[in-house]
Amino acid sequence: MSTEPAAAELREVSGPSALGGGRHRFFELLWLMSVTEFKKTFFGTVLGYVWSLMRPLMLFAVLLLVFTQVFKLGDEVAHYEVLLLFNIVLFGFFQEATSGAVGSVLLQEGIVRKTQFPRLVIPLAVVLTALFTLGLNMIVVFVFMFVFGVEPVWTWLLFPVILLALLIFSSATAMLLSALNVRFRDVAIIWVVLATALNYGTPIIYPLSIVPEGLKHVLMANPLTPIFQQAHIWMIEDPKTEGLLTAAGGPLPLIVAAVIYVAVCVLGVWVFNREAPRIAEQL
Amino acid sequence: MITPATAIAAARSSEAGSLNRYAPPTPVTYLPSLTVPAPSNPIAIEVTGVEKAFRIPTHKVDSLKERLTTFSQPDFRVLHALRDVSFEVERGEFFGIVGRNGSGKSTLLKILASIYAADSGRVRMAGRLAPFIELGVGFNQELTARDNVELNGVMMGLTRRDARSRLGAVLEFAELEEFVDLKLKNYSSGMLVRLAFSMMIQSDAEILLIDEVLAVGDASFQQKCADVFNEIRDSERTVVFVTHDMSSVEQYCHRAMLLHDGRIEAFGEADEVARRYLRLNFEQAPAGDSDMGGIADVTLADVWLENGDGSRITNVEKGAALRFGAVFEAREEVEGPSFGFSFVNADGVEVTGFGLGLSGDVPDRLEPGQRVRLSGEIENRLAPGRYVVKCWVHREHNYANLVLHSPHVLDFVVFGKADAGVVALDHEIEARVDGS
Repeated sequence: MSTEPAAAELREVSGPSALGGGRHRFFELLWLMSVTEFKKTFFGTVLGYVWSLMRPLMLFAVLLLVFTQVFKLGDEVAHYEVLLLFNIVLFGFFQEATSGAVGSVLLQEGIVRKTQFPRLVIPLAVVLTALFTLGLNMIVVFVFMFVFGVEPVWTWLLFPVILLALLIFSSATAMLLSALNVRFRDVAIIWVVLATALNYGTPIIYPLSIVPEGLKHVLMANPLTPIFQQAHIWMIEDPKTEGLLTAAGGPLPLIVAAVIYVAVCVLGVWVFNREAPRIAEQL
Repeated sequence: MITPATAIAAARSSEAGSLNRYAPPTPVTYLPSLTVPAPSNPIAIEVTGVEKAFRIPTHKVDSLKERLTTFSQPDFRVLHALRDVSFEVERGEFFGIVGRNGSGKSTLLKILASIYAADSGRVRMAGRLAPFIELGVGFNQELTARDNVELNGVMMGLTRRDARSRLGAVLEFAELEEFVDLKLKNYSSGMLVRLAFSMMIQSDAEILLIDEVLAVGDASFQQKCADVFNEIRDSERTVVFVTHDMSSVEQYCHRAMLLHDGRIEAFGEADEVARRYLRLNFEQAPAGDSDMGGIADVTLADVWLENGDGSRITNVEKGAALRFGAVFEAREEVEGPSFGFSFVNADGVEVTGFGLGLSGDVPDRLEPGQRVRLSGEIENRLAPGRYVVKCWVHREHNYANLVLHSPHVLDFVVFGKADAGVVALDHEIEARVDGS
């Protein structure tokens, strides 16, 4: 690149930014940082992968025991155990991506204050690392699907759509949280509570069908609910599973969910872009 | 190919030669070959009217809770780090920026490096830039040297393939070939620094921004670094170099700039700027808040330095006559007092010290209210730098019976050109050809 004649011309330096420094460099850096982080988790210790799989599996085992033996949720929905594991893994991605991203810029203070690179790489690398983990965990989910005899259906092919919707939402949330946390250090603490609330406000451990009508409509306004419900419809064929519109009892909650989804995305991009040039000074 | 810039560089290096600057006898090439396009413009960096102010909150609100519960606007004072700074650096120039702490030189470097955004003004650059605010930024302790070279290279703007292809050259220069697959957490600090310096010179950028990273590693590696700096100085690369060390400014820089309170105080020949820096430094150095004893049985009533004429000074030129004086006052009766002073340099090394009392050179006994005056000449062999004077008093000539101990009674600066070491000893060394 340095051999291009244009390199000799004086060009204005625009200062630090979310994306500055060339698209090529951005993606290479994003890839390298996520792979590095991923390797560290999985190959750092002998049982790296096993340990990281243990967490969702243990959680799964406990919840399965409680909700099939104590609350008898297993009878309400076909293949409850598979659905539960699938939901835990999927929400685990959102949780890992966002909770990891909150403090990511602060954690990388050393490089933010000492060198120049596209700031956006930091939170997005966390999301990408979480995506790698999700990929590995999904293998286990499919093994379970096979073992528990879930019928393969053509709608499995639509899973990438679910993933994309969740990925965009997680990335935007990660950007919003990581930028805000530089200014207000208690965002990280607030997010722990909010993420837990979201965990229960999304049909993960319970199927949407057992939720009382009025509350169901409210839950549908949570942007994660339609994503998880649609995933349920597409992954496990069950005539009892309600479609989005039926569950929402009309288009209004879905519109609210869509508005929140778009708002978070726009806000995430806007806030990060606005904060990026000043992040180094505020650390 | 003779371009205006090479002509300038050639003229400078011949001028440099007349000043007895170090030049390696056989030029070794450590730098990767760099194809620099024919300069259509001799200016590499153009800075126009750059301003930067930081808002320092008197009470920092950094939580949402505080922001929501504090109704008044948060108080802050404005620190003007840079005021209307404009200058140009020519292509191929080794350009120094000097200034005291807080003069704005690091802020300026960070603006040039796109780490901070300027409030106003314009910065333009010709060519790719690599900043080195600190050596080894972004090194990951958990990764091997191989992976780190790749990660660091990409961070500095190389492509992954480019970064990988430089691995050999980086390790060779750093003399770390055997340790390529060792994780950095197992490296010694010297090895880390060598790897980082090596990364820097392999970064392949036309413009390098360097913040005081010289003098790394052992003596032989330092010599290698000095060779590289000389090579960079005479190459087409442009370097902006921020430092406190005036001897390296004089050694490497073509031109330099002195920043003071965010303004350009001097600009031009490196030697002249270095002199201005030293003058500024000794004129403005504060006498320091001396801690005059405490509740001890003996207090230090006065302590001072004076020059050969007997007038009090706070700073002294290297090698100039230096006299020392102190007055102690006893509050209680003190039997067999001993007095001691020592001079500690900026690195915390006790360079010299002296004591009185054991050989009967002070009274055997101090009555309450009685004063003792110590004064005399000190042989001034101190190397340039800042010194802090420590003081202590014992009772009954016994180190265990401390009556006064003050770690900082006085500080002063020795100014002048720095040589190696902490003291300057007289020497009579001559060179003679064997066998004649």
